[in-house]
Amino acid sequence: MSGQDPVAIFRIEARDLLEQVELDLLTLAERQDDRETIDAVFRSLHTLKGSGAMFGFDALAAFTHHCETAFDRVRKGEVAASPALISAVLAARDHMRALAEGEPTEPGVEEALLDDLRRAVDGAGAAPVSTPPSAKTWRVRFSLPPETFVNGGRPLPLLDELRDLGPCEVTAVTDGVPAVEDLNPTDCRLAWDVVVTTEQPRSAIEDVFIFVIDDMTLDITEVVDEPAAEAVAEVAPDAKVSTIEPPKAANSDAPPAEGRPRVAEMLRVPAERLDELMDRVGELVIAQSRLKQVAASSSDQNLMTVSEQIEQLASELREIMMVVRMVPVGQLFGRFRRLIHDLAIETGKTINFATDGETTELDKTIIERLADPLVHLIRNAADHGLETPEQRKASGKPETGHILLAARQSGAEVVITITDDGRGVDRARVRAKAEENGLIQPGQVLTDNELLQLIFAPGFSTAAAVTNLSGRGVGMDVVKKTIEGLRGAIEITSTPGQGSVVSLRIPLTLAIIDGLLVRVGASRYVIPLSSVEECVELPVEQDLRSAGRSLVTLRDQLVPFIRLRQMFNTGQEPDPHQKIVVVSTGQERVGLVVDQILGDHQTVIKPLSPFHAAVGAFSGATILGDGGVALILDIGCLVAAGQRPDAQLRAAG
Amino acid sequence: MIADNANDPIEALTFDLHGETFALEAGLVREVLDLLPETAVPGAPPFVGAVINFRGRVIPLVDLRVAFELDAPPPTIDSRIVVIEHPLDGEPTLIGLRADKVHEVTAIDRAVTEDAPRVGLKWRADFIRFLARRNGDVIVIPDLEQIFAARGQTAVVTPIHASQS
Repeated sequence: MSGQDPVAIFRIEARDLLEQVELDLLTLAERQDDRETIDAVFRSLHTLKGSGAMFGFDALAAFTHHCETAFDRVRKGEVAASPALISAVLAARDHMRALAEGEPTEPGVEEALLDDLRRAVDGAGAAPVSTPPSAKTWRVRFSLPPETFVNGGRPLPLLDELRDLGPCEVTAVTDGVPAVEDLNPTDCRLAWDVVVTTEQPRSAIEDVFIFVIDDMTLDITEVVDEPAAEAVAEVAPDAKVSTIEPPKAANSDAPPAEGRPRVAEMLRVPAERLDELMDRVGELVIAQSRLKQVAASSSDQNLMTVSEQIEQLASELREIMMVVRMVPVGQLFGRFRRLIHDLAIETGKTINFATDGETTELDKTIIERLADPLVHLIRNAADHGLETPEQRKASGKPETGHILLAARQSGAEVVITITDDGRGVDRARVRAKAEENGLIQPGQVLTDNELLQLIFAPGFSTAAAVTNLSGRGVGMDVVKKTIEGLRGAIEITSTPGQGSVVSLRIPLTLAIIDGLLVRVGASRYVIPLSSVEECVELPVEQDLRSAGRSLVTLRDQLVPFIRLRQMFNTGQEPDPHQKIVVVSTGQERVGLVVDQILGDHQTVIKPLSPFHAAVGAFSGATILGDGGVALILDIGCLVAAGQRPDAQLRAAG
Repeated sequence: MIADNANDPIEALTFDLHGETFALEAGLVREVLDLLPETAVPGAPPFVGAVINFRGRVIPLVDLRVAFELDAPPPTIDSRIVVIEHPLDGEPTLIGLRADKVHEVTAIDRAVTEDAPRVGLKWRADFIRFLARRNGDVIVIPDLEQIFAARGQTAVVTPIHASQS
């Protein structure tokens, strides 16, 4: 990591900070006087300004300074966190993001944003503040963590700030200073006892420590009728001792004097390193299964014990690897609160947005790729789904529309649902539109599900006019493609007048799928289990009879089938009891004739090289327990291939 | 790739393909393997008809004999797989090359190399980077970039021939 570009590191930090600022601002929009959140926003902005200046993002630092100043006033209670102010800072946040990412910004934007901000601050008026209390005396005891100096912290400015509050008596407390031989000169072992008399409220003293409060100990008590001087006199002798003891080099491995609360440590790791680790774990599993075979054929008890141990470790390691890439979807869901905030303003609708199941975990890459489709679906729900407050009132519904974004795990899949309580899909309009676009024949009989699926057809949009919100170039067909690209599925159900539910079924990870391992000739192949509908026997008489037409009747439905043995040219005699694995992509089904079904297989997907990308019938490969390679069948491609000769046959006949 | 400027000898791994000696710059070579179980990829051309498991990765197995229209006798005890790292469509890719026999790493003096002659050679000239003489024999240094880009196709397929096949 040390070789990483510092600017890139700053950008990552800035992105995180700005995301946090956005979430906090939205929380503030709901609870205006949440002090903790106000402080959090201020701290984030302050950090952003500082780091920005340090890494040469001067424009960002200068701009952020204004927002920080505004929030400083909010924090001090001079200004209320009004909706106007929050909107202004939200807009400013977007500008900061652009500055941090180095995106070009239009001239004048900055001034306009700052004007808005100024107006918002001036218009907000003072927040209700309690009248300044008369001067009180406070006793402040604080100590900083030992590594403060190492991390660049300095206690002196804190003391200076305290002095600014009023007359101050500062005493160093040396109880925590170890004997000289145990002292590490770079550790901060001193504590301070400060008696300050000030007119400012207690919170002003707390504010002094706002940037260091997370790691330090702080104790503030009001001194009642106790002369400050005495307090100082009590501890003064100790302080003198401390100046006598000269700091001397000591063993740096001396144990920390006091235990401090451990913070959960997070680590940023480039995704490709995880992929590499995953590869190595895959190799380990293969090597282990060879070892197991060797151990089984020997009578060496020790070897067998070691082999079992390694098997256990390897399987644990593999499980951990799967989990490492997972992140909670809450990260993704949080982003949509801003979207809803904007949508509510743009549409004039009152929207209550709720999320559920934020702790459900998904592969990081999948989460990234889900963002755009979800934005589109939520826009759709707000724009097309929900009615205006007047319409809702007229139909006897509460004025506030609800959108629920929920996630839950179901087996090896995560189901994400977007539920709205709007008007529901207008079937008649969908039909009319589909007929107009030639997607269906006029009067064609469709099941309700088929009708709803038309929404996902390319070139379909029910919005009579393309609004600013929906239809920004991406249609539902793009959403569907993205989801299918993730090996997922999309469904919609809708009740007129009561709303719609769009469900996305997404595999937990892109790296691993549940597969059905089959044998065709001498080779083994994996069929993604999610697309398998059923497995049936291919009766011998049917096999012979269907030489001309590759169709089998399944529950009164004709299903075309493909003989993989022919397609793959195995050049071997078929097994006497061939099986048909029926697979589907949405509506279309096709049977794949295989020689043998070997069973379930948890498949770590390996990509194929560009040499084999054009072959088409395979979406990847996997390594089996014995070290052999099995190709993963590309179902979409096979289904298309299965439908084609069938259509040609019909056309010819 | 092979530096053109220096007159330093080229360190190269030499190997046999059906009686012809080929050489690859040693820096490209990752590993020389004994034969491994191969998995045929149905529908793929014979030039790259299979994949193998190389240390937990699935890598293509290329048969240069197809590109040079050499016969491919069944594998012997000397058969090896030379794993190289070479860019493929812009991505560095691990690729296995079949070899009938692998010899030593040898220094090829730039003085004994020459460009492929325009006539008298049955192979596609652009598949050959240059030829080197050694002990009255010839070593072929193939142009992998060209060969991979052409997917080992030995001739430009014209429409006339396409209809026949």
